[in-house]
Amino acid sequence: MSFFEFLKPKKEKKAPESDKDRGILVFEHTSEVIRAESVLKASGWKIRVMGPPPEIQSGCDLVIEFPLIEELNIVRTLQKVGASPLKIVPVSSPLLRPVDLFQIKDFDQYLMVRAANMKLTIDKDTKIIVNISGGGCPDVPYLAREMVGRSLEDAPRPREIGHTLCGYALQLAYEEMTRRCLP
Amino acid sequence: MLAIVGTVPDQKFPLTTGKVSLKDDKICIQGKQIHVNRGTPALLAAAVKTGEALGQLEVFGYLVGDIGLGKGSRNLYEYLTKNLGRSEFSAITFHYLQPDVDWHNRVLFAIKEMVKQPVLIADAGFMYAAKMSGQAAAYDLFTPDAGELAFLADEAAPHPFYTRGFILQDEKRVPDLIKRAYLHKNASRFLLVKGEKDYLADRDGIKATVNAPSCEAMEAIGGTGDTLTGIAAALIESGMEISKAAIVATKANRLAGYYARPTPATQVIEIIRRIPGALEEILQEKVTGKATKK
Repeated sequence: MSFFEFLKPKKEKKAPESDKDRGILVFEHTSEVIRAESVLKASGWKIRVMGPPPEIQSGCDLVIEFPLIEELNIVRTLQKVGASPLKIVPVSSPLLRPVDLFQIKDFDQYLMVRAANMKLTIDKDTKIIVNISGGGCPDVPYLAREMVGRSLEDAPRPREIGHTLCGYALQLAYEEMTRRCLP
Repeated sequence: MLAIVGTVPDQKFPLTTGKVSLKDDKICIQGKQIHVNRGTPALLAAAVKTGEALGQLEVFGYLVGDIGLGKGSRNLYEYLTKNLGRSEFSAITFHYLQPDVDWHNRVLFAIKEMVKQPVLIADAGFMYAAKMSGQAAAYDLFTPDAGELAFLADEAAPHPFYTRGFILQDEKRVPDLIKRAYLHKNASRFLLVKGEKDYLADRDGIKATVNAPSCEAMEAIGGTGDTLTGIAAALIESGMEISKAAIVATKANRLAGYYARPTPATQVIEIIRRIPGALEEILQEKVTGKATKK
C-alpha cells in the first residue's frame, strides 16, 4: 500500500508560529515521519519536515520541527495514532538546528528546486515542468513520465501517484516550487 | 550477448523479451515501441548506442510495465527464475525492479544454473534487493549514487527508509561510505559511484575519480545515471575489463552531455544521441594518450 494514503491534503486549522522555542521530533523510520507529518498537519499543527541536525546521530533522514510549547499536545496526538517519535529534542543550539531540505538553483530561464535527493525543474515563463532527476526508487520513471511536459498546475501531484521515499521527496520539491511560482 | 532487465513506466506494458533496437529515438522490442525518457529505457538506449559505436553489439531486453507498485516486477522475477538458467548471456544488468529479497534470491539461484557465469551488474531497485539479501558480493558492478551508497554502507539498514543519507545525500562522505560498504560485504566487486564526481572503487579502496567535463545543467536532467550504467554494461559486454569500462563509461557519459550543449530542459535522449561520438573520442584518447580538456 502506498504511504501517500496518509497524505491527503487538508487545510491547516491553526498556526502557532514562532521562530523561537522550536523542537524536533526524531523518528527511526522515514515512513513514520511521513505518517506523523500527515497526522499533525491534519490536526492543524504548523510543523515542517526537515533534515536532522548534525548533532543528532540517531534516527532517519527526516525530522519534524514543531513549536516546543505544544510538545505535550503534539506527543499526545501522535501517541493516539501509534506514531510516537524516537526522541524529542529542543533546538537549544545551532548544532541542533534542523537542516533545510531545499536547495534552489536559478538557471535564468529555468528554476530548479531540489528537495533531498529529488530535483524538479520548470520553465519560469510557462511554468511547464521540463525535467525531473534524482532517485533510484521504482516509481521515479513513472513520476517523471507523468509530470514532465505538463504545467505545475496541471501535473499530477507526486503524493497522488508516487509510492516511495523518492516520490515523497519529489512531493516536497513540488510543494516548494508551487509556493515560489504559483499565485 | 548482453541482457538488460528492468521496467517500463507503463502499467499496461506486458512482459516482453527479445532483442532491442533503437529507432526514431524509441526502444523497439518485439514490435513494441517505448519512449526513451529515463529509467530502464534510457539505460537500454545508451547500451544500444554504445553497441553501435563498438560494432553492432546485440542487446537483449527483459521488460515489463511497473509504475512502482511491484506487480509487473514480480511477474518478471518469476519469468527470470524459470528461464535465466537456460540462457547464455555473458553479462546481465538488473535495473528498476521493485526490491524483493525472496525473488532476488531465486533469480540468483537461476543464474547459478547457467553453464557459464555472466558478469552481473545491478543498479536502482534490484541493487537494493541484492544488498538487502546479503548477496552483494555475488555481483561484479553496482552503480549507486551517493544516497544509494549510504544504504549499501549501512550494515544495519534493512531498507532505504532506515538509512541516514539515502535521500539527504552528502557526496563528501562517499570515500568513507565505500570503505564501510566493503567492510560489511555489502558491495559488489567494483563500485561505480555516480555524482558530481564519479568514483570507481573496489575492496582495496578508490581506484579512480572523474569529475570532468562538468556541465551545471546536467544536474537537472533525468536519466544521466541510467545512461552511465548502460554505457558501462555495453563496454563490459564488448570484452573490456570492468574497471576500465567503468572509467571509459563515466568519461563518455560526461562528454556526451557536454556535446549536447545541455540546458536544464534538455532530455536524456539528446545526450544518448551523442554517445557514439563521445565514446570514439575517449577511446581514441586511450590510444593516443591525449588528455581531455573541456
